[in-house]
Amino acid sequence: MDFLKEAPRPDGGHRDVAEPQAKRAALEIEFDGVTKRYQGQDAPAIDNLSLRIPAGETCCLVGPSGGGKTTAMKLVNRLIELSGGDIRIGGRSVKSLDVTTLRRDIGYVIQQVGLFPHMTIAANLAVVPKLLGWSRDRIDRRVGELLDLVRLDRSYLKRYPAQLSGGQQQRIGLARALAADPPVMLMDEPFGALDPITRAEIQDEFLRLEGEIRKTVIFVTHDIDEAIKMGDRIAVLRQGGTLAQYGTADELLSLPVDAFVADFVGADRGLKRLSLRTVRELVDHDPNQQIPPGAPTVSARTTLRTGLSVLLAAGADVLVVIDEQGERLGTVTLDRLREAAGARPTEETR
Amino acid sequence: MSPMLAVRVSDGPIIPDFDEPDCRANERFCWGWVVDNWPDLQARLVEHVYITAIAVSIGLVIAVSAALLAYRYNRFETPFVTVSTVLYTIPVLAFLLVMVQITGIGLLTVEIALTGYTLLLLFRNTLTGLRSVPPEVHAAAAGMGMTSRQILFRINIPLALPALMAGIRVASVTIISLATLAAFVSPLGLGRPILFAIGTQFVTGLITAGALAIVLALVADGLLVLATRAVTPWARAGQGGIR
Repeated sequence: MDFLKEAPRPDGGHRDVAEPQAKRAALEIEFDGVTKRYQGQDAPAIDNLSLRIPAGETCCLVGPSGGGKTTAMKLVNRLIELSGGDIRIGGRSVKSLDVTTLRRDIGYVIQQVGLFPHMTIAANLAVVPKLLGWSRDRIDRRVGELLDLVRLDRSYLKRYPAQLSGGQQQRIGLARALAADPPVMLMDEPFGALDPITRAEIQDEFLRLEGEIRKTVIFVTHDIDEAIKMGDRIAVLRQGGTLAQYGTADELLSLPVDAFVADFVGADRGLKRLSLRTVRELVDHDPNQQIPPGAPTVSARTTLRTGLSVLLAAGADVLVVIDEQGERLGTVTLDRLREAAGARPTEETR
Repeated sequence: MSPMLAVRVSDGPIIPDFDEPDCRANERFCWGWVVDNWPDLQARLVEHVYITAIAVSIGLVIAVSAALLAYRYNRFETPFVTVSTVLYTIPVLAFLLVMVQITGIGLLTVEIALTGYTLLLLFRNTLTGLRSVPPEVHAAAAGMGMTSRQILFRINIPLALPALMAGIRVASVTIISLATLAAFVSPLGLGRPILFAIGTQFVTGLITAGALAIVLALVADGLLVLATRAVTPWARAGQGGIR
């Protein structure tokens, strides 16, 4: 049934009912001149949007409200139908596929989670596998795996959603979307309703997960910091649904194409750029260097941003970097940090 | 329908038969009468149960079908509410006596009238239940690739159950009470001993039948509460009620 069966797999195998452990390969998503017009509205909601998300990468869609982020995402699983252009997943147009088949092959996570309140956690996780006609045994095994994946105890299986905290519910929402091992995931402000501590936890959890499962993810958020943290690439949409800039977080922060993007990524983009890297990357290993007295010491895993903060707080110019064993690796100077932050000036500000 | 329908001489004496050795006509309550008439009272009780069960069941089928239709097509809501509200407001006795002109004396007349009284309650509750599904639950279901039929049967209908069951409880208790009036048009149910006692001084039959109707209502309500818990195990979750 699943439309992505013919997609090439790295191991050349076929997905098979008898082989539940088989991992399905992530697939590239391509927006090609995508346009969405609503009847009775002059301005399109999405205007000629083209972008390519390589297989296995996370693309964050950011932008102000009215920028059409969620609309763009919903066009992929056809909760909203295209007016023009095309979206291809693994080279196949979403328009060529049966809509329910398409949706069962795409993981879908929303901010309000939308767990089914009358079903136990086990039944919630089993929804898509059941729709796909998996055997009882295979579903049971998969449900167990999914709880392990999001690090929840198996005793949760018999509970109902109302008995879980918000963070736990969203973990189950995430696990449910992953149930049939879809090659593509759509996430609509998935962590937006959580408190900051829980959000940070579940973000880290998702990053770890992504390392394990490798999906192509479209992640909608209005929070540029979340986009920087979660996205391999970031697409900034502007009012009217046009693409303002598409690139890595570092590209966006160091070289915003215009004042809109520069403003959106924030005046502190130099600092944000520093938080993308660790001091390990900048260490000067020269063993003969002079360490001035009072130079503060940080771990190699510290971000450049924290390193800078430590330097400023200590009123020093040189940071001593040590590794996990406490061995001195070398130093990072204030000048190196300044270079690393070096957000190049934009046309407007030059 | 059953031998009960035929009025036998021994069933319904025109002059109440209370010439028991230890019962006096003006006695407030005569336990001996209850003991002597227990088989008969038991039969009335059974009749009362099925009169109620039939009315609520037919009402349920009609009201749930109508609610599903109104959920899908909003324009059906107002006409159905109007008709069922009119039925609900007609005095039962008047309704029964008018229906006798059309369908005659018997169970059919009773059931038509009583079913009419269940419709408004059951329809309103079912429709409210169907509409109680949170929008994000619908969004998730559609996004996961459920068809609209699957969403209806796996999401909306189960989530409508608490409201539907509450409707069934109220309807059942109401009909148990109203069904005592069925005796005016058909010799069935606990209304019969009550009707016979009217106009006499001997009220033991009236008190006993009335008490049985009350007990029946309480038992039915209790059983429906248990049934509700059984079919909606999630409803008490999250209120500290982890099993």
